[in-house]
Amino acid sequence: MRMSLRTGDLVPVVLLAGLALLPFAAAAADEPFFTTFFARVLIYAIAATALNVALGLGGLVSLGHALFLGLGMYSVALPAHFGIANGWVHLAACVASCGVVGLLTGYVSLRTSGIAFIMITLAFAQMGYFLVVSLKQFGGDDGMAISAASEFFGFSLSSGNAVYGVAFCLLVALTVWIARLRSAPFGVTLRAGRQNARRVASVGLALSRYQLTAYVLSAVLCGLAGMLLANLNAYASPSSMSWMVSGELIVMVVLGGMGSVFGPFLGAVAFLGIEEVLKAFTEHWMALFGLLILGVALLGKAGIAGLLARPIRSNSPAGRGAKAPLLAESGVRP
Amino acid sequence: MTFSLLLAQLLNGLQYGVLLFLLAAGLTLVFGIMSFVNLAHGSLYMLGAYAVAVVTGATGSFALGALAALATGTVVGMLLESVAVSRLYRRDHLDHVLATFGLVLFFNEVTRMIWGPQPLFVALPEGLSGTIEIFGFTYPAYRFLIIAVGLAVAVGSSWLIHRTRVGMLVRAGSVNPQMVGALGVNIRLLNAMLFALGAALAALAGAMAAPILSVQSGMGEPVLITTLVVIVIGGIGSVSGAFYAAIIVGLTDTLGRTYLPLLMREFASRDIANAAGPALASMLVYLLMAVVLAVRPQGLFPAHKG
Repeated sequence: MRMSLRTGDLVPVVLLAGLALLPFAAAAADEPFFTTFFARVLIYAIAATALNVALGLGGLVSLGHALFLGLGMYSVALPAHFGIANGWVHLAACVASCGVVGLLTGYVSLRTSGIAFIMITLAFAQMGYFLVVSLKQFGGDDGMAISAASEFFGFSLSSGNAVYGVAFCLLVALTVWIARLRSAPFGVTLRAGRQNARRVASVGLALSRYQLTAYVLSAVLCGLAGMLLANLNAYASPSSMSWMVSGELIVMVVLGGMGSVFGPFLGAVAFLGIEEVLKAFTEHWMALFGLLILGVALLGKAGIAGLLARPIRSNSPAGRGAKAPLLAESGVRP
Repeated sequence: MTFSLLLAQLLNGLQYGVLLFLLAAGLTLVFGIMSFVNLAHGSLYMLGAYAVAVVTGATGSFALGALAALATGTVVGMLLESVAVSRLYRRDHLDHVLATFGLVLFFNEVTRMIWGPQPLFVALPEGLSGTIEIFGFTYPAYRFLIIAVGLAVAVGSSWLIHRTRVGMLVRAGSVNPQMVGALGVNIRLLNAMLFALGAALAALAGAMAAPILSVQSGMGEPVLITTLVVIVIGGIGSVSGAFYAAIIVGLTDTLGRTYLPLLMREFASRDIANAAGPALASMLVYLLMAVVLAVRPQGLFPAHKG
């Protein structure tokens, strides 16, 4: 197990350490808003990390991950609606629903590639969205309030602090796991397939099985983020399944740095942080934010993680460092 | 379930289908030739609707409004192409998704900034607010106009693509853009023109839809996603495929929403039918797309690739 820290990892590690202390500081300062806000950041970081397994490692551009976030949320909301507060039931519902839906949609989606893959994942997410919207007995368009939080052996996720703690531990565990997965045979195969699927196939590896596994894993982990989000908000609504949320998750992953260990975390912090700052600045923050995303797309994909790692990476000029791998990975020969 | 209801629904489906075709025609060409994913196509539809709402409101003339929408679409399309899109052709699809997603947020918020969150309404044009009677059955005249415009654009684009020199280059470009470029054709200019034309058609679709819908920020996204479904079903890059798929999707969606709940009541109890019918109906076109992609990943009517 290789876990040596590089300078590029210093910032996210310090950030994580700071976040570990945050709830205590927020409680001392009597500012519960910060705990709730950063709990949301942590949860989106989990969702982005989950998407990173499919998108960053596998190169599967899924524009439908909000579906799994929503499934996770309704795995809490529906049992709670029928008076079941047992967290293990919620967890089982979440893992089962995300796993089965991920397996089915992944199987069909992976028959296609490129634009069609993006479209079909989007279509599946829209199916889920419209299904929930039309279920009027479960709130439909308005969503449903969750009266009973998930409870694990007496430990209830009813308070912001509890959700924060679980989200933090889950994120740290996931990050460590991703760091190992990247260099494990599974992760290496996925990353190789992203760069050149034909060569991986010629080595004799069934890439699509690896991709399907990554997709399902990604779906289930995203569902866990949904479970936490439902507990934090005490509310589940179809709007969290809309394709805008899928787009936002992609933005977080790319903003932070595709395929990198800390990228999705940094991306979620940056995304929600910028959102909050711009909101204080203007009511129409989304116009600025849209242009910012456009800028990120035009500049390249190394993301924040790439930016932090840059000084030690090579002596190449700043712009080239970010661009060269991009061309190589997209298969475009200059 | 009377005959006139069926006829009305068929016409509604056709009208929805040709609107989808107006959006799909430009998008599928940009998809096919430059393999560019454009999520901001719905924003052009929205801008077209706003243009017609503002100009018709100011001048009272719907025709002027429609012209303004076409002009808006062309100009914004050209601007977008030169500022952002042309820089992204050589990147992978993820960058396209990201950039155009940013543009969607931008356009939605800008329209909200200028015209506020309240929807605008466009009065039906003079002389078209009535109904037309055929076979003893009445149908709104304006919806006939939409169908006529859509079919005219379909015929026009078919002529453009199959009978003109530009169309020949477009067809060649969709098969092998590098080769067409190597033969001395300015493929970038060609694509910029196509992008602007597609944008103008999207704005026209928005203008035609404006009097029957409410014009508001974010109106482009639901129709954009349905348009993506149309393109994937029709086969990416194929305009005739987009036409057939648009009609299929338009009819499936419209008829499904009307008849599926009725049909389900025949087989299931009223409660289940009332709950599941609308749910299933709204998922129908996505289900159709998933089935098409699973069975024929290249789409039903793919463009001929060499």
